[in-house]
Amino acid sequence: MNDALLVRIIASIIAQSAPLMLAITGETITERTGVINLSLDGSMMLAAMTGFLVAYQSSNVLGIGGNTVPVLLGFAAAALVGALAALIVAWGSFRLKQNQVAIGFVLTLLLADLANFLGQNFTRIPGPSVQAFGIPFLKDLPLIGPILFDHDLLIYFAFAVVGLSWWWMYRTQPGLRMRGVGERPEAAFVRGVTINRLRYVYSSVGGALVGMSGAAFSLDIKLGWSDNHILGLGWIALAIVIFGGWRPGWGAAGAILYGATKYLATVLQQSYPEVPVVLFNSLQWLLMLGVLLLVGSGGIRRLIDVAPRALQRPLARALRVAPPESLGMVEK
Amino acid sequence: MARNLWPVVPVLMSLLATTVLLFVVGGNPVTAFSALVDGAVGTSDRLFSTLAFWVPLLLCGTGLLVSFQAGLWNIGVEGQMIMGALGASWVALKIAAPYPGIPGWVVILLEIVCGMAAGALWAALAAILKSQGGVHEIFGGVALNNLAIIATNYLISGPWQPPEGGTFRGTEPFPSRALLPLLGQTRFSPFSLLLAVAALAAVALALRGTSWGLKLKALGKNARSAFLLGVSSERETITAMMVCGAVAGLAGSVRVLSWFDSLRQSISGGIGFLAIMIVLLAGMRPVWTLLIALLFSGLLNGGTIVQLRTQLHSALSGIIQGTLVLFVLLFGDHRQILGRKRASAETVDGET
Repeated sequence: MNDALLVRIIASIIAQSAPLMLAITGETITERTGVINLSLDGSMMLAAMTGFLVAYQSSNVLGIGGNTVPVLLGFAAAALVGALAALIVAWGSFRLKQNQVAIGFVLTLLLADLANFLGQNFTRIPGPSVQAFGIPFLKDLPLIGPILFDHDLLIYFAFAVVGLSWWWMYRTQPGLRMRGVGERPEAAFVRGVTINRLRYVYSSVGGALVGMSGAAFSLDIKLGWSDNHILGLGWIALAIVIFGGWRPGWGAAGAILYGATKYLATVLQQSYPEVPVVLFNSLQWLLMLGVLLLVGSGGIRRLIDVAPRALQRPLARALRVAPPESLGMVEK
Repeated sequence: MARNLWPVVPVLMSLLATTVLLFVVGGNPVTAFSALVDGAVGTSDRLFSTLAFWVPLLLCGTGLLVSFQAGLWNIGVEGQMIMGALGASWVALKIAAPYPGIPGWVVILLEIVCGMAAGALWAALAAILKSQGGVHEIFGGVALNNLAIIATNYLISGPWQPPEGGTFRGTEPFPSRALLPLLGQTRFSPFSLLLAVAALAAVALALRGTSWGLKLKALGKNARSAFLLGVSSERETITAMMVCGAVAGLAGSVRVLSWFDSLRQSISGGIGFLAIMIVLLAGMRPVWTLLIALLFSGLLNGGTIVQLRTQLHSALSGIIQGTLVLFVLLFGDHRQILGRKRASAETVDGET
């Protein structure tokens, strides 16, 4: 395999995994304050449909020219849908004292049905989309230029969101408070943090990112809308949040691992036409079980134990995987 | 007064929301709702189709009563049902078809046993992933559901493909003695309804009146104190999941042996997920599970007629069901809405 091909492959994996990064980072933010928004699969579907529909209608019915404005409107609408879904979960849990998992699960089915129902007249039609935009000068750098800087604005945005949320969580005062709310709500309360208001704020921010992730599919890498357009991806994103140990950077790494697996499946499928196609589809689900097993069964701790002694402490710190203490709890 | 009428409010909200949505997509609510009712119970044929959908919903709901009792979110019920269908189909294709000498009742018994075993084993996998591997049953279930669907597609397009070749739709029809006895020209098997009601009664009794049921309840309410009282969370997790999987496997067998006459690509079509909603709406009460399963199977069956008659997407029935469950979950407890001050005062008194 020559270098140019390899660079192209890596660049395409990066581009394909970026939309999922938005959902993973969004859900990480939400879960970090103790709210589990299980509605991802449905809310991403509804957001994808809404994003496409709004972009399509604003360009065809309202007559807004070009791609930029309709696409931005689409993303705004999708973000709103995602934020609303997350707010329903948070509000149902903290105001109405109901089970977060139950609300999230019902929402995931309901919103997927809603997406199929409301999008029924807009399937398989072309519409506006995010345009490629290589960053001048940077894209001409050898190797990292084509890999990182020759995509479209959405891809850069996804990486920026990952970096920004890491900085916010671990390097700012409000970020510390946010983590405090998830880990020790009582302690945060005693220190004067308005817990539930923060939970609503971060749930809607996280939900908005989940919504934008849906639109990133329908307006960028899986253009348009069709029945069950991105069904199943929300569950993958939820699993990667766990795999990433509720940390944005590791979540992004998980997204890239997923993208690479998908790519590998496509390549293998072409190289081995005699193997039934359906078997390659199972790779992503086997990978999901595999990584969750690795994280859940203490496999990582055993890996740390065989590392050189001096490395064990920093490794354990880097690979620590535990959900926020108050995740999913409802104070009765 | 307000308290007694309160349960009606979420129902009205759900109907209102659906009506608004129908206007949004340019449909006529009167036509759509009448097509829905007509599709569910309009003719005797459609009524029997509704009953035919009732059986698997009821069976999956019955199984979920067990897993919910143990505090488990068995999202994998969908896959367990599919594996049950695979198990029953294996008997029909590999035992009943090549050996015409085996009498029908033996074949059907084998199919049911095999279907239930396959469902139970698939559930055991999710349970072991949870108790040994620390994989939450929701995520294990989602992955296993998709793997079950992929396994079905693989079998249909590969080893179990009909001899005349490349359809991706289903296996060849099973021999007629391998199918459950049907009522007249319908796809409804009264025998399967009998099985389902018996299963529900057995589960309801076992959960209420045996120490096993009590152990599951303890595990579901508070896993830590259950452990301190000597309930093995590992063993009860596995038994609860396997019982649920076995009953779901029976549901899958009923699907292939009565509704279809062969293994098809979309053997479940979301019946397992729908059953989770039913049990949530029923608040895990067996009698309500029975009734709501009937209501939901009517909506499910009516949805297909809505699509045929009005060209509206059949997701409409899913929306009615989904909004209903969501609104009941959110607003069903009137104390949270009406008597909020009172409710918090009770908490202070230590009554709740």
